[in-house]
Amino acid sequence: MDTSFLIQTLASIVAASTPVVLASIGETISEKSGVINLSLDGSIALSAMTAFAVAFTTGSVTLGILAAMAVGAFVALVVAFASITLRQQQVAVGFVLTLLCADLADFLGTPFVRKPGPEMPHLPVPYLSAIPLIGPILFDHNLFIYLSMLSIVATWWYIYKTQPGLKLQGVGERPEAAFARGVNVNRLRYLYCVVGGALVGLAGASYSLSIKLGWSHRHTFGIGWIALAIVIFGGWNPWRVAAGAYLFGLFKALGSILQRNPAFSGVPTQIFASAPFALMIFALLLVSSEGVDRLLALLPVRLARALDRAMRGRPPGGLGKPFVQG
Amino acid sequence: MRVSKLTDILLTLAPLPLALAFTSLALLIVGGSPLEAYRQILAGAFESPAKVADVVTACVPLVLCGAGLCVTFTAGLWNVGVEGQIILGAIFATWVARHILWPQAPVLTLMVLAGMLGGALWGMLAGLLKVYGRVHEIFGGLGLNYVAQGLVIWLIFNPWKRAEGATMQGTDPFPAPAWMPTLGRLRVAPLAVILALAALVVIYFALRGTRWGLELKALGKNFRAAFLLGVPSTPRMLTAFAVCGALAGLAGAIRCSAVYGRLIPEISGGLGYLSLLVALLSAYRPQWVPPIALFFAALGVGSPRLELNLQLDSSIGGVTEASVVLAVLLVNGWRALLARRRALQEEAA
Amino acid sequence: MRIELVDIHKHFGPVRANDGVSLTLEPGAIHGLLGENGAGKTTLMKCLSGYLSPDRGAILADGQPLSFASPAEALRHGIGMLHQDPLDFPQMRVLDNFLLAFDHRFFPDRRRGKALLQELGTRFQFNLDPDAEVMSLTVGERQQLEMLRLLALGAQVIILDEPTTGISAPQKAQLFATLRRLAEEEGRSIVFVSHKLEEVEELCHRVTVLRHGKVTGEAEAPFQVNRLVEMMFGRSLPPTERVPVTPGPPVLEVEGLVVPSYQLTVEGVNLCVRAGEVVGLAGLEGSGQRLFLRACAGLERTAAGCIRVGGRDLTGAPYRRFLEAGVAYLPAGRLEEGLVGGLTLAEHFALAERRGPFFLNWAAARERAAAHIGRFNIVGRPDTPVEALSGGNQQRAMLALLPSRLNVLLMEHPTRGLDVESSNWVWEQLLARRAEGTAILFISADLDEILERSDRVVVFCGGRMSAPLEACRTTVEQLGYLIAGKDVGCEAGNVRRETEVG
Repeated sequence: MDTSFLIQTLASIVAASTPVVLASIGETISEKSGVINLSLDGSIALSAMTAFAVAFTTGSVTLGILAAMAVGAFVALVVAFASITLRQQQVAVGFVLTLLCADLADFLGTPFVRKPGPEMPHLPVPYLSAIPLIGPILFDHNLFIYLSMLSIVATWWYIYKTQPGLKLQGVGERPEAAFARGVNVNRLRYLYCVVGGALVGLAGASYSLSIKLGWSHRHTFGIGWIALAIVIFGGWNPWRVAAGAYLFGLFKALGSILQRNPAFSGVPTQIFASAPFALMIFALLLVSSEGVDRLLALLPVRLARALDRAMRGRPPGGLGKPFVQG
Repeated sequence: MRVSKLTDILLTLAPLPLALAFTSLALLIVGGSPLEAYRQILAGAFESPAKVADVVTACVPLVLCGAGLCVTFTAGLWNVGVEGQIILGAIFATWVARHILWPQAPVLTLMVLAGMLGGALWGMLAGLLKVYGRVHEIFGGLGLNYVAQGLVIWLIFNPWKRAEGATMQGTDPFPAPAWMPTLGRLRVAPLAVILALAALVVIYFALRGTRWGLELKALGKNFRAAFLLGVPSTPRMLTAFAVCGALAGLAGAIRCSAVYGRLIPEISGGLGYLSLLVALLSAYRPQWVPPIALFFAALGVGSPRLELNLQLDSSIGGVTEASVVLAVLLVNGWRALLARRRALQEEAA
Repeated sequence: MRIELVDIHKHFGPVRANDGVSLTLEPGAIHGLLGENGAGKTTLMKCLSGYLSPDRGAILADGQPLSFASPAEALRHGIGMLHQDPLDFPQMRVLDNFLLAFDHRFFPDRRRGKALLQELGTRFQFNLDPDAEVMSLTVGERQQLEMLRLLALGAQVIILDEPTTGISAPQKAQLFATLRRLAEEEGRSIVFVSHKLEEVEELCHRVTVLRHGKVTGEAEAPFQVNRLVEMMFGRSLPPTERVPVTPGPPVLEVEGLVVPSYQLTVEGVNLCVRAGEVVGLAGLEGSGQRLFLRACAGLERTAAGCIRVGGRDLTGAPYRRFLEAGVAYLPAGRLEEGLVGGLTLAEHFALAERRGPFFLNWAAARERAAAHIGRFNIVGRPDTPVEALSGGNQQRAMLALLPSRLNVLLMEHPTRGLDVESSNWVWEQLLARRAEGTAILFISADLDEILERSDRVVVFCGGRMSAPLEACRTTVEQLGYLIAGKDVGCEAGNVRRETEVG
């Protein structure tokens, strides 16, 4: 295996992971504030369709992206309204929206199926892309990929380093305590749910305008569920969530390399198609199963605690629960 | 007082017009005529006895899975793995149809039992992942759905491929004894309808009148308290998954034996997700499952006609179904909000 | 700042939590607010600190009317409240907790925040590590952090709601010293809410007594204790008599038990409890007593040692086996863990009958429920959903749900949140059980309850259990020092900081 092949593969992993990174970072923001937006899978499909349809009709990729973000934000707004103002079960609302958005994407997207359309222009970062190794892997892509990388850093920095970020943590962690400190809990939850939704919309746009060009039925195939699982796997921490997303991209790339390898030609392609979801279950088992607890208990206490800390994150204390004042 | 009662009635009925308005909007966006579309759907579902028979046939798996989901929802479980459980039921039944060459009655009995076994095992797997692996059943179930989908395609393309070569058309048709008899030339199998109704009645009484049902209800409402009161939580949850899975598996067996007469890649066809909507809409009460299933089945049978006559995608049926459920959730929330405000005002007064 | 509460009314549905309460808080004084559980103390203080808005009445500061819609607004007016369960962010660090409330610039200045935190800490001898996660702190330390937050934001009136529950004796001494300093040297008003007479007597300059939502009296220090008791309860309390019970054979034997958990490991516990014996478990919250109690019910995984019930080895057996062996566990949270909200009393009794038939007979179940309801004096009907019952009636229902024959009864906080009458009733039931030969182990944060009701007491500290003490020969002070991990007889002055727990 020569270096250029390796670089190429790594670059393609970075690119291919973009929608998952964007969607799982968006969901992290929303869940950090205490709102589970379960509609991801449908929301991504609908925004991917919107992005392509708008870009196709207007010829403007920018408008397509904006429209997709608006769709993602709007779906999140429905989740926020139903769960915060109307205090309905977040899971129920999210699940129904998943199905609704997926069907809506199929219905409205019919005229655009398998049409060639505009594409996000390639945009190497000047100077940076010339750095050996790192340059071609990280800085020789289009804007979506840079935005996804930016979203990781910016989200981490915002949540852990700024005052509004502290409030965001507080609102998700213990809304009553945040309220006691003068924070408008429900307004912030609305805000971050919608912001997270906009990122999910961007994830959809990155799909149909860059990663898997165009639109077809079941175009995004379960990617939203993967993103939701990665948020849990990453313990609600932007860096680890991103690491989970790239790890997932790596496994997928390995899968397709194996698939092309003649030694594995006997293995049916369907195994490779369902493998990501088996991997998802396995990853969740790894971070939450009791068996892992037992294994950890065999180690020295300090090491076990450090490993536990490194591997697992605790969900925000107020996740999924409505905040009632008084 | 009278005004608020009127509002109450109006709010109860509100979800339907809301959902229709939303659907109409979607139709208008793609340039279709909503009225014409609804007329086509109605005609497509009810214009002839054959169509009505199709609706009843489409209703059967929805009733079976809806009844099963009433069990898991009662236990507080989100069994979204129904889709995969249908597939596994179909796979097990297909194995029987292909390998057991007996007369019709024993073969059909075996197919039904095998289907239930397959679905139950797949359901239990999601349950085991939840209980012993602490993987939330939504992720476990969904993951297993995709795995089951991969499995069925692999079977159709490899060991069970057609004599003339593998295609997306599915396996070779079953031998004659493995076909569930239909009513004359209509595509409805009375046996399937009877099985679905019987399952519904059993679930209704099991949830109301047995210890098992009471224990599931307690687990669903407060898991920890129920456990401390001595409800054996693990076996009860696993049986809930198994029962729901068995009914879904039965639906899978019926789909391949009575509808297609072979195993096809799309054997579950999204029915698992649709039946989740049915169960949500029924508020987990089995008696409400058949009418809702009938409504959904009519939409499902009627909407493909849009593709033929109006060049619109049939997924509009799914849009209507999901938006009805969403509207119900929103309207329920709205009513609760109004009730809270009223209580606050009364307290202040 | 002189605060006046004038004719405060606050109703919750039919319950009149505050029914025309008036109260004056002088600057530079520690004001006690005394009353039994449910007297309306917390409601009144929540009205004063902006958590609740009163239905009627006024709050005046130096004669000017105040109104605020939130605790944050109240704090801007200089009124801050410290809750019984510190209202902080357990998963965040101490410094972040502090900065969240204090620094409102986009980039909080961590260095300045740390310095301020340390400066305030030194002033009051609070030693808090700014980088520690709040959930690794003791309740006492979390209280100190909350206190620093209020002080940093300039609170002139500081309300403490039952602050001594769950903290150790040295922590308590330190808290009292701080409160005295805040009032006497810095001229702030302190409101000390408590149902414990001796604490109020020790600390407060003035006291107001509430009963059933009304003021029943006021007094200045020095207080006449029997007068205060009368104002609290409407009568003097009769001394409870101890009924001697001859303990039977051992029913619960624990040897070398190790219960691991990530927070804390309970190690090397040896205990033998005989039939009819009552053992009280004391200790700071999170010192291992709950872990131990739950292990005795088969609800926690043990790493070593053994548990025998009635001579049978049940080590590592599941909860069901313990149930079958006649062990019952009653959790503290009634609607959280004890009862199933949404189910009726009749459904509960049907559920509790573990060996009942598969097909339910609802008519018979209702009859049985009605019989229990009568015998246990529950205010409710068979069809009443449990969440509609009052706290006392829920506790009665939980006792009614216990099987009739029990070997070991394990209870967490059997009387928390109950009024005196309900508490006495609960203990009557428990003592009747003990007379039938049931061994009782209970956790309580109320040391008086522990000493009064148990035969023997064990104290947990940092996962270790003390040797059992005879309750009748032990004092609250001794328990206080054991709880803090000090040997009995240690001088109060030597105890500067509480030991670290966990």
